[in-house]
Amino acid sequence: MKHIKSQFPIFSLHPNMVYLDTGASALKPQCVIDAMNTYYAQYGVNIHRGMYPISDQATIVYEQSRDTVARFINAESNEIIVTSGTTHGLNMLSYIVESEITSEHNIVITRMEHHANMIPWQKLCARTGASLRYIELTDDLCLDMDSARHVIDNHTKIVAFTSLSNVLGTIVPSKELIDLAHSVGAYAIIDGAQGIVHQKIDVKELDCDFLVFSGHKLYGPTGVGIVYGKKEHLERLEPFFTGGDMIKYVTYQTAEWTDIPHKFEAGTPPIAELIGLGKAIQFVEEIGWENIVQHEHELTAYALEKLSGIVRIIGPNSEEKQSGVISFLVGDLHPHDVGDLLGQNNIAVRVGHHCAMPLIQKLGIVGTVRASFGVYNTKEDVDTLIEGICKTKKIFT
Amino acid sequence: MLRGTYYLLHAIMDETLYKEQILDLYRNPLNKGILSDFDVQHRDFNTSCGDDVTIYIKFDEQRRVKDVSHDGAGCAISQASVSLLTDWMKGKAKQEIEQLTDEEMIAMLGIPISHARRGCALLGWKVLQAIYTENSQHVIPTAVEGS
Repeated sequence: MKHIKSQFPIFSLHPNMVYLDTGASALKPQCVIDAMNTYYAQYGVNIHRGMYPISDQATIVYEQSRDTVARFINAESNEIIVTSGTTHGLNMLSYIVESEITSEHNIVITRMEHHANMIPWQKLCARTGASLRYIELTDDLCLDMDSARHVIDNHTKIVAFTSLSNVLGTIVPSKELIDLAHSVGAYAIIDGAQGIVHQKIDVKELDCDFLVFSGHKLYGPTGVGIVYGKKEHLERLEPFFTGGDMIKYVTYQTAEWTDIPHKFEAGTPPIAELIGLGKAIQFVEEIGWENIVQHEHELTAYALEKLSGIVRIIGPNSEEKQSGVISFLVGDLHPHDVGDLLGQNNIAVRVGHHCAMPLIQKLGIVGTVRASFGVYNTKEDVDTLIEGICKTKKIFT
Repeated sequence: MLRGTYYLLHAIMDETLYKEQILDLYRNPLNKGILSDFDVQHRDFNTSCGDDVTIYIKFDEQRRVKDVSHDGAGCAISQASVSLLTDWMKGKAKQEIEQLTDEEMIAMLGIPISHARRGCALLGWKVLQAIYTENSQHVIPTAVEGS
């Protein structure tokens, strides 16, 4: 993994930066930047429309990028909808399933969801009269499957959950939860924003109904995301955004939708961005999931070991149960102050409630300092983080 | 070269000043607590991170600030800032308080504040401005005539 860092041009400008915020957004490899620039410089025109050669080229490269995404998660290409990000995708899902939700139903999420996988469901419940239920967490901040079995019942219509907590780093037993959802006839929706980066996701094996994720945490650009949906759902459900590109036939009074997935892709999509995401996925596949998982497992274990005794870990604090993301508190120091001082020492972490305010409040804290790993991180980065934390402690005493 | 030196000094300065002034106020905040007798109060948050500040004010007969306190929890910069602010506003009248700008508030802290920490530095000030705007007609009339 050593040569990987050299593929990220940002380190030429900031050679000593210890970047521990991939959970917020990943750094970009040169090949992704080049792929997007090449689109703009050489064939940067609209897709699906023109009759001229470079429009053809743009369309082919764009659709090939869609194919790359599909293969990455073991889906069919027409099950891949291009969005502007996870938040867009989850909001969109909350609208396209609305017609199937009534006040007799309940929607189940977990106590550790990001606002993007919480608020859209709050709003859906408000619109339909359905009730919102939460799966509780265990004492060591893992998902409580007994609680899951308790809150998921015959009236559950949706079970939406993160496959990996962006705050706690907790790995969620996705397959188990999906089977539970299906046993009562509910949709299983995975918020894969974090999970897609840290573990291989195979939608056929998991059998989830929907998977949502973003490009920018996966070493791709911002402004692009994916909703995977099972073919039979996408064919049955009505689109939310309407307009150009998603129709077969339009009169002044009516409109007939085109086939999936384009039915759900109104307007000019983020073309350069999807091409960038396709390249990022190739980059990840070239490194190989086995290498990525092993690297991350080692780093997480090393970090948890080094951090013990120095900080208070907010999470399972076990390399079996968490990966890639570690939240902590440094004594009674406010995370803000810790993050600021670490930042001044070239260590990038995230602080605050990480868009999971209810979880933070439930834990009785003001926020956390969060370190998250990417393919460019090393054990030396963890050592530097420890040094920075010790230095911060000294300054504050 | 000059710019590099500035940033280095800036970093050293920040750490040293952080230690001295801000930390002192963080450990020993001024005017912290809930007034037993107050005329107005207002609370606000720094939504990105969880700083939480409430300000309580008691006015005298001329509608100047007779007593003031703040409560809540937050980072060193938000606490230091609201400490300095509450001290500054004692005895002042409405016009003077309303005229305090965000830049003047930041200058009170005496150290460079990065863009990311502006929200922390200005939280108390925001609460104060809200008190004086929302309550301007009913609770805090301008100074009594002849005073």
